[in-house]
Amino acid sequence: MATVTLLAWLLDSLLGLGLLWLGWRALTCADLFKAIVLFIAFGLLIALAWVRLDAPDVALAEAAIGAGLTGALLLAALARLTSIETDKVATEQAEATPPKRLASWFPAIIMLFFTAGLGYTLLSLSPYAAGLAPEVAANLDSSGVINPVTAVLLNFRGYDTLLEVVVLLLALLGVWSIGGAIESRQDRPGPVLDLLTRLLTPLLILVAAYLLWVGAHAPGGAFQAGSVLAAAGVLLLLGGWRLPPKLTALSLRLALVAGPGAFIAMAAFTLLMQGQLLEFPPAQAGMLILVLETVATFSIGTTLTALFLGGRPQHKEKP
Amino acid sequence: MNNVLFYALVGVGLFSIGLYALIIQAHLLRKILALNVMGSGVFLVLIALAGRSGEAAPDAVPHAMVITGIVVAVSATALALTLMLRLAAATGSAELTEEQ
Repeated sequence: MATVTLLAWLLDSLLGLGLLWLGWRALTCADLFKAIVLFIAFGLLIALAWVRLDAPDVALAEAAIGAGLTGALLLAALARLTSIETDKVATEQAEATPPKRLASWFPAIIMLFFTAGLGYTLLSLSPYAAGLAPEVAANLDSSGVINPVTAVLLNFRGYDTLLEVVVLLLALLGVWSIGGAIESRQDRPGPVLDLLTRLLTPLLILVAAYLLWVGAHAPGGAFQAGSVLAAAGVLLLLGGWRLPPKLTALSLRLALVAGPGAFIAMAAFTLLMQGQLLEFPPAQAGMLILVLETVATFSIGTTLTALFLGGRPQHKEKP
Repeated sequence: MNNVLFYALVGVGLFSIGLYALIIQAHLLRKILALNVMGSGVFLVLIALAGRSGEAAPDAVPHAMVITGIVVAVSATALALTLMLRLAAATGSAELTEEQ
C-alpha cells in the first residue's frame, strides 16, 4: 500500500507542478504558435487532474472542449490574424518588435499578496465538507438517471443548462454579427487528411451517440457528446467539406435553435403540468431527459462547429 | 495536507498566473489565453473542494457547474477571438498600444 500511496503522491505533485509550469510557459512564451500548443498540452494535463480528482465527466468535457475545440479555435484565429497582420504590417513596419509588456513589478507584488491571501483562505477551510452530495444522493432515485452529474445537469439544476445552451447560441449570434459572412472556398485537402476525415467522421458520430446514451448511468452526456460531434464537424471543415448552400439558410438555423427551443418548450410544458420549471415527473424523467439531451447534443455540435467557422456561412441571395 | 488541498492551491496558483499575464501582456490573443488559464484555475479550485467528502463520492453539483463553465468558456473564447480579429482588421494589429 505504501508504494501505491507514494506513487499517487508523485503523480499528483508532477501533475500540479506541470500544470503551473505549462500555464506559465503558455502565457509568457514569445512565439504565439508555441504558446497555443503549450495551452493545448495544458488542457490535456488538466483533464488528467480531473481524473485524479474523481471527476471523469469533467475530464471528458475538458479533453473534448477545453483542449480540443478551444485549441482548434485559437489556431484558426492565429492563422487568420497572421494573414491580416502580414497584409497590413508589411507596408508599415517590417522590423520585429519584442512582445510589449507594461511595467511588470508592481502587478507582480500585488499578485503575490493576492495569491497568499487566497491560499490562506483555502487552507483555513474545513477539510471535510459533504456539500450537496447527500441531497443529490437522496433524490437520485426520482431523477430518472443514475449518473449524479447528469441528474444535476438535466434535472436538479436544469435551468442552468437551459441558460447555458442559450449562452452558446448568443455567442454564435455575436460571432455571426461581428465576423461577417465567410465565403465558402472549396479547398482540396491532402490525401492523408481526406482519408482521415472519411475514416474518423463516422467513428466520431458513433462515439457521440455512445456518450449521449451512456450519460444516464456513467460519465458522459449531452455536452461531451455534442463536443465530439463538433470535433467531427471541425474535421470536415478542415477537410474542405462545406454545407450545401441550400442547407445554410433555414435548415442550419433550425438546427442551431433546436436545442434552446426544445429546452424552453420542455420548461413551459413542465411549468404547466408540474407547476415547477423543468421539474420532471419521476416516472417519465429518464425518457424526457434522453429526448432533451439528444436534441441538445445535435444543437451543441452544430453551434460549436459554426463557432469554429468564425462567421456566417454565405448563402445565395435571391435575385 | 491531502491531495484535495494541493490541487486547490495549484488552482489558486493558475488563477494568479493568469491574472498577472492578463495585466502585463499587451497582445490580445495572450490576454484570451490568460483568461482561459484563470478559468481553469477556478475550475480546479471548485472540483478540488468538491472532493472534501472523505470516503464518499465527491459532490456532483460543482462537477456539473464546471462542465457548464467549460462550455461557457469556449463560447466566450470564440466570441473574444472574433472581436480580436475584427480589431486587427480595423487597426492592423491585435496588440494594444499605450494610447489604447
